Amino acid sequence: MRATVTVSLKAGVLDPQGEAIKGALGSMGFEGVDGVRQGKVIELDLAPGTTEDTVREMCEKLLANTVIESYRIEMGA
Amino acid sequence: MKAAVLVFPGSNCDRDMAVALREAGADVTMVWHKESVLPEGVDVVAVPGGFSFGDYLRCGAIAAQSPISRELKAHVDRGGYALGVCNGFQVLTETGILPGALVQNASTKFICKTSTLRVETSSSAFTARYNAGAEIDVPIAHHEGNYRVDEDGLARLQGEDRVAFRYMETPNGALDDIAGILSDNRRVLGMMPHPERAADEALGLTDGAPLFASLAEALVTA
Repeated sequence: MRATVTVSLKAGVLDPQGEAIKGALGSMGFEGVDGVRQGKVIELDLAPGTTEDTVREMCEKLLANTVIESYRIEMGA
Repeated sequence: MKAAVLVFPGSNCDRDMAVALREAGADVTMVWHKESVLPEGVDVVAVPGGFSFGDYLRCGAIAAQSPISRELKAHVDRGGYALGVCNGFQVLTETGILPGALVQNASTKFICKTSTLRVETSSSAFTARYNAGAEIDVPIAHHEGNYRVDEDGLARLQGEDRVAFRYMETPNGALDDIAGILSDNRRVLGMMPHPERAADEALGLTDGAPLFASLAEALVTA
């Protein structure tokens, strides 16, 4: 089974990479990009039966730094 | 003073740190991250700069899960001293030993230059030999040195005189110009600038030397 963890910077935490991407899109002529936030996606291949609680524990202990980041878990088949 | 310098895959300031500590009179042992115990009787654990585990996932995140990091946490919980510089500061925040986090520099660039810091407190084993308000030149070399902490955390650091160093001109966008902070018991210092690179005449800068001298003085009697 697969779980997908999406880690993003919390609202209010400065995202220099997102700002740089926004600037680049603007200079390329794309209009109307009001904000860009860059995060990361972590795909986990898991033994059958692994619970979302276990994945949450992985997020809390390692995959995200909850001081600055939030995370979202999607459990797949 | 007995010191341990932790070594992770990708640490690259570990030997500089050992030299600076030895110059100050410390008996230094290098400790590989796979070790699960610190040498007997260690007073201070130094977490050096570098790129532990290639900065994968987040700077310091993987190192914070190494066996020796659990031992570091136990050492700090027992009231032991610790010094984290650059990547070492990132490791200390990732372990939760120090509050906050270090994110990418506001400029998105790696910055390598000498920065001028203001010593904000002389009330710690690391800064006793400085006068509060003194300006010192210490090199920085980092990509993720932009200190962040929530509002309550910042108020606590300010209110408890736990900001050890501030940049005179913030190079990286750090909140409140913070370059280094102390733990609540003032026995753990984390800082982005490299005092070990400014502790020997031959390197051209010596403003970092009093930090190691302060520590040696505090711990010789401990």
